This record gives sequence, structure tokens and C-alpha cells, in this order.
Amino acid sequence: MLEDLFSIVKTRFNVEQQTEEKKKNNVPKDLMFKCPRCSNVVFKEDFDKNAKVCPNCNYHSRISSRERLEYSVDKDSFEEFDKGMISKNPLDFAGYEEKQQELRAKTGLKDAVITGIATVHGEKIVVGVMDSNYMMGSMGSVVGEKISRAFEYATENKLPVVMFTCSGGARMQEGIISLMQMAKTCAAAERHSEAGLLYISVMTDPTTGGVTASFASVADIVIAEPKVLIGFAGRRVIEGTIRQRLPENFQSAEFLMEHGFVDMIVERRKIRRTLAHLVRLHKKK
Amino acid sequence: MNNLTACERLDIIRHKNRPTVRDYIPVIFDDFYEMHGDRLYGDDGAVIGGIGYFKGMPVTVICTVKGRNLEENKASNFGMPHPEGYRKALRLAKQAEKFKRPVICLVDTSGAFCGIEAEERGQGEAIAKNLMEFMALKTPVITVILGEGGSGGALALAVCDELAMLENSLYSVISPRGCASILWKDATREREACEVLKITAEDLTKFGVCDYTIEEAEGGAHNDALTTADNISAYLEGALERNLKKGLDELLNERYTKFRKIGEFEEI
Repeated sequence: MLEDLFSIVKTRFNVEQQTEEKKKNNVPKDLMFKCPRCSNVVFKEDFDKNAKVCPNCNYHSRISSRERLEYSVDKDSFEEFDKGMISKNPLDFAGYEEKQQELRAKTGLKDAVITGIATVHGEKIVVGVMDSNYMMGSMGSVVGEKISRAFEYATENKLPVVMFTCSGGARMQEGIISLMQMAKTCAAAERHSEAGLLYISVMTDPTTGGVTASFASVADIVIAEPKVLIGFAGRRVIEGTIRQRLPENFQSAEFLMEHGFVDMIVERRKIRRTLAHLVRLHKKK
Repeated sequence: MNNLTACERLDIIRHKNRPTVRDYIPVIFDDFYEMHGDRLYGDDGAVIGGIGYFKGMPVTVICTVKGRNLEENKASNFGMPHPEGYRKALRLAKQAEKFKRPVICLVDTSGAFCGIEAEERGQGEAIAKNLMEFMALKTPVITVILGEGGSGGALALAVCDELAMLENSLYSVISPRGCASILWKDATREREACEVLKITAEDLTKFGVCDYTIEEAEGGAHNDALTTADNISAYLEGALERNLKKGLDELLNERYTKFRKIGEFEEI
């Protein structure tokens, strides 16, 4: 028995060493993709063809909001709202404006969400897509305002709303104003709901903090992509509080479904069809 | 009103004799009956809720509570609620709506608890639901921040018609400590972060978040809990009067607008 124990420890040790070695491998970025979850390496071309999903472990990698729209709504159907909205610097936070200018130039985005109207298999929806490339998808004034306006537009025009969320949470640089966006977006979602309209949120990697604790969680139907991270507090924060390592699947989409906070897990390649079906199911005769 | 920095106020609200909700409730309310449990999972010691009279009027009182000593703190988890705390709050708020009682929330929390069980039971969902439901609650809601207003954990009891803050209280999107560790990778620089974040009642009044500032006793509430409690009472009396005379549509539209208009952006 003791021997077994030793061998278990030994294999564990070896595995760790291997992954350490794997991490050291420098994969050319434009040629190969290395999955951050299973460390599997595939040709980038194959990975792209697979909707940027790891063919080995089915990890749905982070994608830009434009890519997300490409996979999720009908081609050329998207019309963007509030294209020119940019945030101010309410706290006079040092470096905030420079950081935004830099990111705007780098990503072509103006903030961490794009909203608009689109169709899925011909069904009209109001859609919002967050983008983790812009300050980790954090929610400040612009994100809060655009999302609230999207809900208000949908309420006025009796349309369903689909929100693809990914966010590190509230945007610290905008202080209390970013906290208030949580209440503001929920308020707009409430009025939409009160009007008897459908709201679907699709949680993508990662959905955390103030976004999980606001509009992302109050949808009629909560969908998640496989294996993505969803939670309120960050993993390191929790590990710091309880001083122990957390289980591997903690805060995964599957973990949330098991605990009753996600209705279904839908793969990226099936999302458009699923959304179309769900929207049709809610159509009033 | 004094002119202290955010840091100096942080010291005052962390004073070991800072009065807690347990000190204020018996002074401000009469015949307070505490109610327990969320009817779903359990009873959270970090949230106290109940019913009682405020100057002869039945009200529902919902508070986050910090302990005055280690034993109380163990029971109240240092004032950091789990999801069942927020769900208890919502249950009592809905009850207040049914019996047409105004809701008074007293908030003093460093934030919602971060732990395995809090995640398993849906901390994010519990807070989100409160934000949505309080927004549409058909009875006046008045919130007073007593000490720390820690992020979403405080906001879950602060979707209200009027928000007041004790003059030394702080209300922030992230703890100064958390901010320092993200900004400078150094949690010990929390005092610097405290000033950067703009979290005093004065700052928040400028941002349109705080509607009233309530004076504390000279030098801080710990010097005279009774005087501070009287000031809170005087504020609540006015706040209830202002909000109870509104029609329901007016009340809810104004609550919506209060939050809807907050945001600093431009369109180019």
C-alpha cells in the first residue's frame, strides 16, 4: 500500500515536471495554438476552423467581440448602436486616459462592449458582446450606458436581448461610478423583463465580479460556453481568504450548472441555432 | 462637518469602539423583532433583518452587521454576508412590499464574503437579483451607509430612493487594499489607494451617488453613539416623509432615474 502511495506521488511529480517543460516550449504564435487548459498544441489554421475551440479538450478560447458576432449572428446583419461613445475620467485616475487611447488604437474598440441589433436565422435580437481585450472587459460608464440603452431599445421595440458576457468585473479606475453601473444595467433589464420580453445571457470566458453580480445573472435563460470561468470572487482572492488550493473545476461552467446557476452549456458552433430556437419559442402568437 | 481625508476617516470607521447596527437599532427603533432565514438555505449572521416601529410607523429594517468583539464577529462573519444573507434581505423586502412598510437598510460591510461556499450558492446571482428586485420594490427604500460600504456587497442593500452616509463612512467599488494590490501589487499601500478612489461622502455627493450626509458625534460616532443615533433618526424621519408622499409611479421612476443617470461618457 505504501508503495502504491509512493508511486502515485512519483507520477504526480513527473507529470508536473512534464507540464513545466511543455510550458517552456516556445510555439510560434502565428503558426500554432497552444491550449491554455490542456496544453495541447494544434495548427492555428485547424484551430480557427474549429471556431477557436480546442479540438482536444473542447476549451472555448477567448475571442474578440467581432469574432463572436461572426460566429453568433447572421452574416452582415449586425448594426451597431452608440459607435462613438467613450468614457471620461471621473476620478482623474492617473494614466487612465492614456491607457484607453493606447487600447483604442490597438484593438479598434472604443470600450469593452459593442451593442446593436442583429438577426439569428432571421430572428431579430438586440445583442451586446463584451470584449476581454479591452481592459479585461471591465464595466465602467460606457459599458453600463451601452447595455442599459440596448435594453431600453429592446423594451421600446419589443425585442429579445442576448448578452455575451466576459468581464473581470467593475472598472476600478472609474470608482463608485462603475459600481453604480451594476444597478443601472439591472434596472434596465428589470424594465425589459417587466414588459414580458426575453433576455438570454451567454457567459463566456471569463465572467466574473460586478458583471456576474449584475446583468449577466438576471437573465431568463443563462447559457454558458463549455469549461469557461464564471464566478463572483477571483480564484486568488478566495485562495487567499481560505488559505487552501481550490479544486480544478471550481467556478467552471459545469460547476455552475451543477449548482443550479446555469441553464445550459452550449458549444460555440451551435449557439446561433440555439438562440434562434429559443427566440422562436418565446414568440407571441 | 469636519474636513478629514479619506484615510483619516478610515481610521475612525475602524475604531474598535465604532458603534455597530446592534448599538443603533434599540435607539432608533421600538419593538424591534428580528426575523431569521432566507427560506432556501439558512440564516446568515452577517445580515440582521426584522420589523419594528420608527416613530410609531411600522418599518422593515435590513442591515449588515459587524461584531463588537471576536465572538460577535464569528457569528456575523465580520459583517461579510453569504448569498443566504442577501436572499434573507430580499425576502424581508418583499414582505415589506406586501404589507406596505417602508424599508430601511443600514449598511456596514467590507463586502460580500469570498469563499468556496459563497460561490457554490451563487454569490453573484444573489447580489444581482437584489439589484433587480429592489429596483422595482413597490415601497420606499432608504439606505444609510454607517461605516464601510464595500462594493457589490453593500450595493445589494443600496438600490434605494435615497442614500445617506454617515460623515466618516466610505463607499467604494473595491476595498482600498484590493485597489492597492491591483494597482501597485502592494496591498500595504492601501492608504494611498484610499485617496485615489474618491470614496468619502463628499466625493460621492459630487458623483450624485450620496444624497445626504449625516453628522456624527464630535470626533466620530464612537465618541457618542446616542447623538449619532439621534442624527440618523432625524434624517430617516425626513427621508420617509419625502418618499412616502410620492405616488408609486413617481417613486419608482425617480429611483430608476437616480441610478440611470450615473455615468461619465461622451459621444464623438
